[in-house]
Amino acid sequence: MTRARPAAKLTLDPAVVRRARGLARRAGRPIVDLARSNTTVSVERAVLRLAGVTGADPDGIPWVNRLVDAVRADVGLEHGVALPVWDALLRGDHADLTELAQKASTGGVAFGLPEGRAATRARSAAARQVGAGIRRIDRRRVERERLVRRIGDAPRTPWIYLIVATGDIYEDIPQAQAAAREGADVIAVIRSTGQSLLDYVPEGATREGYAGTYATQENFRLMRAALDDVSKELGRYVRLTNYASGLCMPEIATLAGLERLDMMLNDSMYGILFRDINPVRTFVDQRFSRQIHARAGIIINTGEDNYLTTADAVDEAHTVTVSQLLNEYFAKEAGLEDWQLGLGHAFEINPEIPDSFRLELAHALLARQLFPKAPLKWMPPTKHMTGDVFRGYLLDGFFNLVGAMTGQGILLVGMMTEAVVTPFLSDRDLALQNVRYVMEAAGNLHEDFRPAPDGFINRRANQVLAEAVQLLERIVDEPGDAALLSAIGDGTFGLMKRPADKGKGYDGVVPHAPAYFNPATDLLEEPAR
Amino acid sequence: MSEKRMIRPYGDTTGDGMVQMSFTLPIPHDKRAEGAALQLATKMGMDPAMVVHAKAMGPDFSFFVVYGRVNHLVDLSAVRVVEREFPLLSAKDVNSAIKRQLRRKLVVLGACIGTDAHTVGIDAILNIKGFAGEKGLEYYREVKVVNLGAQVLVPELVARARAEKADAVLVSQVVTQRDAHLTNAKEMSAAFREAYPAGRTPLLVVGGPRFDPAATKELGVDRIFGRGTTPGEVASYLVHALAERRTA
Repeated sequence: MTRARPAAKLTLDPAVVRRARGLARRAGRPIVDLARSNTTVSVERAVLRLAGVTGADPDGIPWVNRLVDAVRADVGLEHGVALPVWDALLRGDHADLTELAQKASTGGVAFGLPEGRAATRARSAAARQVGAGIRRIDRRRVERERLVRRIGDAPRTPWIYLIVATGDIYEDIPQAQAAAREGADVIAVIRSTGQSLLDYVPEGATREGYAGTYATQENFRLMRAALDDVSKELGRYVRLTNYASGLCMPEIATLAGLERLDMMLNDSMYGILFRDINPVRTFVDQRFSRQIHARAGIIINTGEDNYLTTADAVDEAHTVTVSQLLNEYFAKEAGLEDWQLGLGHAFEINPEIPDSFRLELAHALLARQLFPKAPLKWMPPTKHMTGDVFRGYLLDGFFNLVGAMTGQGILLVGMMTEAVVTPFLSDRDLALQNVRYVMEAAGNLHEDFRPAPDGFINRRANQVLAEAVQLLERIVDEPGDAALLSAIGDGTFGLMKRPADKGKGYDGVVPHAPAYFNPATDLLEEPAR
Repeated sequence: MSEKRMIRPYGDTTGDGMVQMSFTLPIPHDKRAEGAALQLATKMGMDPAMVVHAKAMGPDFSFFVVYGRVNHLVDLSAVRVVEREFPLLSAKDVNSAIKRQLRRKLVVLGACIGTDAHTVGIDAILNIKGFAGEKGLEYYREVKVVNLGAQVLVPELVARARAEKADAVLVSQVVTQRDAHLTNAKEMSAAFREAYPAGRTPLLVVGGPRFDPAATKELGVDRIFGRGTTPGEVASYLVHALAERRTA
């Protein structure tokens, strides 16, 4: 994305910044090793989705789930699903993978592990079919680039990010189009919040959801098509966001790539800390989903704002920095580039605290300067929105001002009715007026704004960075092979203790056998495209 | 008695009855739309009503801000609220009351159930950080807090309550749609009644901005706390309710 980036403003010691990155790498490396030596049911289902398996049984359970479960029952998953599935496909009389899945779900297929020439044949057939899915993702990426060139891009940064969430995709569509016409550059369709704990991706267009709309391939397709229409009408490409989090991260990332979504929420530790999803499951799923996002040209949005909604935004400011550094390390390792890193942070300091605005500025500038090439995702106040909508509107104005002054890449528009109701049509319009006013009145203020070298803002930013380094040092000093896992287990983040062998989805984690085969990972990890 | 029984809203003069409201109508903005807004305000009892601001919200909607005088009187003697049925105790008094009554720690289990992922409410009550200048229940020496966090499944909540021998279960529901908070609370209380012998369930307490504090019967819970509840109120309630149970 193009942006007039403000020059560096804080006085940070480059050696401390390097030290922080080095520690994040040391903390992250063992986790990557873990992710490379385990698979999950969702990773295996994503492989099948790349190969084109769609649809669900009459109970709404997707065929990919049925097929993976059948394979697991016969031969386990430690070799990956691809070998036994394509071996069965080549051996038997099945029209395609979906038919194989249907037969397998009634016990009509016996899976085995092929050897010798049969294994070679199964391997190359799997690679061919999964490769076709990855090429489809490639084509979608090219298509996006072409559309942005032809239609035009968002006129300025920060990109204005608005949420729609009615539960009904057919209600979401006109709302999203209206939001785009009112000025949104990015539309996020919030998921039905229960979805993160479903161990399958629902099918088809959905009209029922709680506080959001289910992420399904068909909903993705419908919404992207509707936004393509409105993009052409408006002369700017309107981006679409959804959530690759929860138990089906790899599959949802895959569906997003296949349907040309443009951004995905995807955090390295959010699911562990806030949804009690098993840590190993999360890290394995996350690496695969990020590899897909890297390939699809999708910008990820990380979830650091969540730390500040549960902990104090001043005391715990450094945990945001630590999480951003870890997210950066994991993202780069998975192949994402700087422009794809929408690292999150939020305006959540208690407005009753003296100098709260200066503290917010210090934190936002720190993130800006630590990650100069990343399109940071700036999240509005939620915790201190009290229901006094008038005061909330003022708070959102100050939030927008920090965004303008610190060159944020993606600005989630704050609603004065946060924590009261789902936003009214008028709330959204008023919120956009707020953003427009601040951007037009003060959008270039960063040119004039230079915090004093030894002033409050500089001192605060340096303090947060120092605390982040201290926390990272504590993490890498934790016992065990994977110090970060121990740290998560003993409540280092957000006060929540999440042991590596507890949490939802742990039974879906399977360590690789030496002969583990995953054609998708092989293709995604090929050095050159 | 000097307190007035009948009152009107106050704008800038006693008895002026002035209120303000805003709303959107699903019609394009023009003179007719403003007339429609005025008609709505009048039907709602505002007379005279003034449309002080009208603005198109896209081609099909109009937004209005209306000021006006309402004719209604509020009869204070007919106002019914749930009054606090327990004395407010300090943390020290809560601790000594627990010691005296239980001779062990009071076990409190907390969670957001159902699809709600917003732990703001339960954390404000439980986390040592607390809320509104009051420390959370973790701060109380005689209270053992188990905070399960967000999106806890009801069966899991019941199982943990049994395993921890919880005296009280606190459930928070902040963000809700289509009355999910009511459905979830009912499901939760039913599950506890099923899993425990009659009358032996832990104290079931729900909290959140959308609950009606008077709906305890309907939801099958012991107490409902609304917006702005502080940890001290919850702690005081728990001590009071447990004492009542023991004497009952």
